[in-house]
Amino acid sequence: MSVKSSWPLWEVFVRGKRGLNHVHVGSLHAPDAEMALRNARDLYTRRNEGVSIWVVPADAITASSPDEKDPFFAPSGDKVYRHPTFYAIPEDVPHL
Amino acid sequence: MSFDNAYEALVEPGTTDEAHWAFGTGFADQMTGVDRAVPSDADAGNLAAYCLMLADDALVFSQRLSEWCANSPELEEDVALANIALDLLGQARLLLARAAEVAPEVRPAAAPAHVPDEDALAYFRDERDFRNVRMVEQEIGDFAVTIARLLLFSSWRLALFQRLATSRDPVLAAVAAKGCKELAYHRDHAVQWTLRLGDGTDYSHERMRAGLARVWPFQPELFTPTPVELRLAEQGIAVDPADVRSEVDNVVDTVFGAAGLERPQLPELSPVAGHAGRDGIHTELMGYLLAEMQHLARSHPQAVW
Amino acid sequence: MTGEREADTLERDFQHTVDADQRIEPRDWMPDGYRRTLVRQIAQHAHSEIIGMQPEGNWITRAPSLRRKAILLAKVQDEAGHGLYLYAATETLGAAREDLTQKLLVGKQKYSSIFNYPTLTFADVGVIGWLVDGAAICNQVPLCRTSYGPYARAMIRICKEESFHQRQGYELLMTMMGGTDEQRAMVQDAVNRWWWPSLMMFGPPDDASPNTEQSMRWRIKRHTNDELRQKFVDMTVPQAEKLGVTLPDPELRWNAERGHYDFGAPDWDEFWQVVKGNGPCNAQRVAHRNRAHEEGAWVREAAAAYAEKRARGLDRLAQQQLATGGVA
Ligand SMILES: [Fe+2]
Ligand SMILES: [Fe+2]
Repeated sequence: MSVKSSWPLWEVFVRGKRGLNHVHVGSLHAPDAEMALRNARDLYTRRNEGVSIWVVPADAITASSPDEKDPFFAPSGDKVYRHPTFYAIPEDVPHL
Repeated sequence: MSFDNAYEALVEPGTTDEAHWAFGTGFADQMTGVDRAVPSDADAGNLAAYCLMLADDALVFSQRLSEWCANSPELEEDVALANIALDLLGQARLLLARAAEVAPEVRPAAAPAHVPDEDALAYFRDERDFRNVRMVEQEIGDFAVTIARLLLFSSWRLALFQRLATSRDPVLAAVAAKGCKELAYHRDHAVQWTLRLGDGTDYSHERMRAGLARVWPFQPELFTPTPVELRLAEQGIAVDPADVRSEVDNVVDTVFGAAGLERPQLPELSPVAGHAGRDGIHTELMGYLLAEMQHLARSHPQAVW
Repeated sequence: MTGEREADTLERDFQHTVDADQRIEPRDWMPDGYRRTLVRQIAQHAHSEIIGMQPEGNWITRAPSLRRKAILLAKVQDEAGHGLYLYAATETLGAAREDLTQKLLVGKQKYSSIFNYPTLTFADVGVIGWLVDGAAICNQVPLCRTSYGPYARAMIRICKEESFHQRQGYELLMTMMGGTDEQRAMVQDAVNRWWWPSLMMFGPPDDASPNTEQSMRWRIKRHTNDELRQKFVDMTVPQAEKLGVTLPDPELRWNAERGHYDFGAPDWDEFWQVVKGNGPCNAQRVAHRNRAHEEGAWVREAAAAYAEKRARGLDRLAQQQLATGGVA
């Protein structure tokens, strides 16, 4: 098969309901952004309305690299205070 | 989810409602609380006949579209076409049930008593009693034929349903209102693909042109009213399909323009002695479609499924 | 500075993360063998979902009630979705779907052998839901905690949908068992045909499964084939009793001492024959996939060509808007 017939990869982010952030849910292939959005709707929010979807070309994402002894990333793994769950919040604190 | 409880999810609260999986969300909600009384001036037989026309269009087209499952050009498209088939099947089921509800005599005598109305009508009616237009029963064809048919059919049905949403029959109005959202999506899907096939490669352009030519002769039948539709339209219950012609032409011409396609100059497929799909006079393909769809249900009439 | 010592450190850190039951994520360092094993396993799993659409899809147009038709269509559609989630997981390992698809099409990568058996009656739809999806659930629920993050996350979603699949299958069988004698015979016949292939879904016995140990050390796999098979039998026997069908194994009996059911050995010769490509439907399934892929090539090419035109403003729509000064 010629290279031309394979479609680029898109990363998909879905807002499950109002008040939440868009969350990465996976990827898919589509020829262009419009079809990627439609495919994402069918695949990741199948038979479920009322959500918002972002699609991003996979090669447009720049990521930090935990693998390359990257000081930028590696320390966070062993500094628990950087993780939100480190802070125990009493049950009765509202809106936190 | 723990290993010791592999089946935990089976009994998870909130997952027991299978309707969500099978028919999409919202349909049941849309229909609960809908007044089911037939408008007092409506002829029940006419209303049932009209429901059957709209139901059979959806049922037969859904049957054809489901043939794409595991056969389409890309996995994403398998999912999309299955969604469309499921939407149409959902519309068909509500309309079949409505037909039998307002006029129980439409239930075929051959159907055993325990068979639900929707299945009695889908599985035990003979070809002559199906009221769908001939366009939807044509073979599935290639992807271009499918897209051409989806473009014409969903543009037409959306225009029809938008008007039907204010029908004086509350059930028809509710079915149409919900169906509009679905059909808008179906039409959009067809438009996107018409643009890509029409304006993609030279080869795809040619295939799309041929696809349109395959379905075009069936298109005038969509806009040809039957006496039943005219009577009900006068009462504000049905829509005269001739009324949506210019709107649909507009949509289709706009898409053709953007896709670089010409409106085919092809004559209408002739009826048989004035009779076509709405009168139960179909093409030869219909018999095979029904043979496949109905054979299991009819081979075991006493069975429960 | 570089060299063996560093590789050792990386490998130690990796194993440490795995041992702590932490997830490995796409850009983490990982041993080549780990990546290779994952790509092979996830791809095989994805291919199984896609090929698995065929045996059940076989009954969509003939489903004997509209409710069953809708459920079956939704189910087969889900399987396409499962394949897509899994291919998405392989993409994070650097394996493109197009390449994996090619390997499937030329027979270089396998899919689950269960799908090389034919679906002969509508009862097969129910039995596949109950036994095949049931066995898949047994296999897959532990994978929700597998060490590779994207795979584990895909599995959580898949398992949720599989539970719907299994439930619809069992419910169909219950309904059929409450129907006519012919229907009950149909169900029993389907159980007879699918029982042994379902047991084979867990793979060869542990002593013939050399890769298991390493996979367990990497926590890709969390239970051995035989453990999972036993679990499946223990879960299924009571369900069969409730349904009123007989499982076709004369050696099947409760062993109070072990606290498990004893059961006979599947025909492993048949298993290997089917794996090698000689099953009843191997050629048919792969030919079907090849045909769909080839017949769809012009459509994929058209969409790619259109996207390129659009990106350069050369599509007809953009030209039209230019000509009329319109804005989309
Ligand atoms: Fe699946
Ligand atoms: Fe499944």
